[in-house]
Amino acid sequence: MIQDYLPILIHMVIVVVLALALMGLSSWVGVRRPTREKNAPYECGIPPVGNAREKFSISFYLVGMLFILFDVEVAFLFPWAVVYKSLKWFGFIEMFIFVGVLFAGYIYIWKKGALDWSR
Amino acid sequence: MAPLNHILALSVILFGLGAAGFVIRRNIITIFMCIELMLNAVNLAFVGFSRYLGDLSGQIFVFFVIVVAAAEAAVGLAIIIAVERNRQTLAIDEIDSMKM
Amino acid sequence: MSTVQASDFICILPQIILSGFAILVMVFEPFVPAARRVMLGWFALFAVASAGAALAWTSTLPGTAFGGSVEASFFSIFFMALFLLVAALCLLGSFDYLARDHVQHGEYYALILMATVGMCFMASSTELILVFLGLEISSISTYILAGFKRQDALSNESALKYFLLGSFATAFFLYGIAFVYGLSGTTNLTALAERIHAQSSPPIMLWVALLLMFIGLAFKVSTAPFHVWTPDVYQGAPAPVTAFLSVGPKAAAFAVMLRVFLVTFAGEGAVLFWLLWISAALTMIIGNLGALAQTNVKRMLAYSAIAHAGYVLVGLATGGEEGSASVMFYLLVYALMNVGAFLLIAHLAGTGEHWTNIEDFRGLGFERPGVAACLTALMLSLGGFPTTAGFLGKFYLFRAAVGAGLTGLTVIAVVTSVISVYYYLRLVVVMYMQEGTPQAPSAPMPWPLRVALAVCVAGIFLLGLFPGNVLTLAHLAAMPLP
Repeated sequence: MIQDYLPILIHMVIVVVLALALMGLSSWVGVRRPTREKNAPYECGIPPVGNAREKFSISFYLVGMLFILFDVEVAFLFPWAVVYKSLKWFGFIEMFIFVGVLFAGYIYIWKKGALDWSR
Repeated sequence: MAPLNHILALSVILFGLGAAGFVIRRNIITIFMCIELMLNAVNLAFVGFSRYLGDLSGQIFVFFVIVVAAAEAAVGLAIIIAVERNRQTLAIDEIDSMKM
Repeated sequence: MSTVQASDFICILPQIILSGFAILVMVFEPFVPAARRVMLGWFALFAVASAGAALAWTSTLPGTAFGGSVEASFFSIFFMALFLLVAALCLLGSFDYLARDHVQHGEYYALILMATVGMCFMASSTELILVFLGLEISSISTYILAGFKRQDALSNESALKYFLLGSFATAFFLYGIAFVYGLSGTTNLTALAERIHAQSSPPIMLWVALLLMFIGLAFKVSTAPFHVWTPDVYQGAPAPVTAFLSVGPKAAAFAVMLRVFLVTFAGEGAVLFWLLWISAALTMIIGNLGALAQTNVKRMLAYSAIAHAGYVLVGLATGGEEGSASVMFYLLVYALMNVGAFLLIAHLAGTGEHWTNIEDFRGLGFERPGVAACLTALMLSLGGFPTTAGFLGKFYLFRAAVGAGLTGLTVIAVVTSVISVYYYLRLVVVMYMQEGTPQAPSAPMPWPLRVALAVCVAGIFLLGLFPGNVLTLAHLAAMPLP
């Protein structure tokens, strides 16, 4: 029983040793010539602008929260889709009501301006 | 296949961590995350029991818990943002203007 | 798989009507100009009235629906009628309050309706999934309501505390359900009772599960030592909301307690009995002693609400038909007293609820005799003076407790309620005996609020003098509980 786990143990040891060896080697053998560009957060050619800890607009949070809500409701569509055929019309109408309620919520947030990105 | 005991032990540990964190932590967001941890410990217990019993209603329960947790998270974050805007702090100890 | 029939929908018709109207109010809200939003409130009141009519129809067709997960019984109908009454009274008391404090948003009315739906499901469901959903629907709606004054720091704080401790409690309640499910393999309360009675020796895990569920519900009804959030939340929330959440969710959680603890887990009597006994004693002592030291009226009434939860727990510890019936009667009486008191304070506190200290009510008895008389009646009833319903409610609770041999607990209850008279009368004394003028600018009382208060005060005296019919109803409702 316990021997069955031996390959996993060997695998873990190899992973740890290999990772340590590679990182150790690169820091020991490697040459370091830092310049200002190299120390910048992203070396992709575009100079960084502003502070990384800048406060986000509140609409990011708003859209994020609304996304979570509508996203999770979709979880109910999956089990429904699996048994859709055996539920027949009843299931169809039930889901229609469910989506209808979600749609009412959508109209609400839309008219309230929560989706207005430029605000 | 993990036995029920192991699943329950993990669930109890997670729930305990969440409850302890709720009491000890002082940042509202962290406290909030502790509550989520507790809810997920509950989900784990439900799923474990559900498989052990061969009964689906536990998993249905988890569905509802997930959805309710999402709704709770949205409302909770909205309340936290409102507090932060009015007080500029997220430390729970500083939010006690009603103590005698 | 059982098929769904039309009768199933009739069984939950009141809830369907309430949810439908709540969604409509929500969708209409952005289209209604701010000056006319009070129309949405009247619309919501109409929804409550139609739900009441639907409830009357449902009550003629008792039975279970949706595979035994919802029931229409005297028990559920009694509680649902109570919730609809509370919702209607709070709506009536909110119209002018919201306009005065510049928070006239339609969402308020939608949230009251949704919270009522949740509470109705808590009382009528025999399926733990649905009980949980009802609990959460009502909780989440009331979290938002508590923080409804978005610009007000106290309201924010109230919502935050209510939210954090409420979700903490929910997690405990859920964990209890998870263990009960693991032990019995079902979440249906009726099936659960059979399976648990079938087991010869209750495992320790069942007691753990019971304890977890008890902790969760104890937070919701604010019994000691899980009451710490109550004073802050009740003080910070807008007063009409406090009226609602000090009564509605509390009564709903007590309905769940009655059903779960006295019916499903009746076999665990001994464990539950001591749990309820200790909790009742602690709650009455802490609530009443805490209220003595308060200078803020809302905070004082919050402690008083804790104390009243303690009295109700005495009835739960008593159990049986007598105990359950007195619990239900008391919850109705408590609803009338507390809603009346908080709505009146919402009016008297003035714009922004600026004047909520007890001292601010000086001389009110001479300036506004009608209002002061009204508040005095409510305070006397809360204190349990004879001829008021508060007295009879306590009398039935304590008589049932003595009848069941709970003499010790009854002595604690009587002594603490005598102490409580001090702080209720202090407000009356300040109003009538102290020189000075009321601090808050005197505004005429809007007529919807007058109607709500008239219902509360008349109800108190009617129930105090002629309790017969309602008591019979409570006994009928308690009948299926063993």
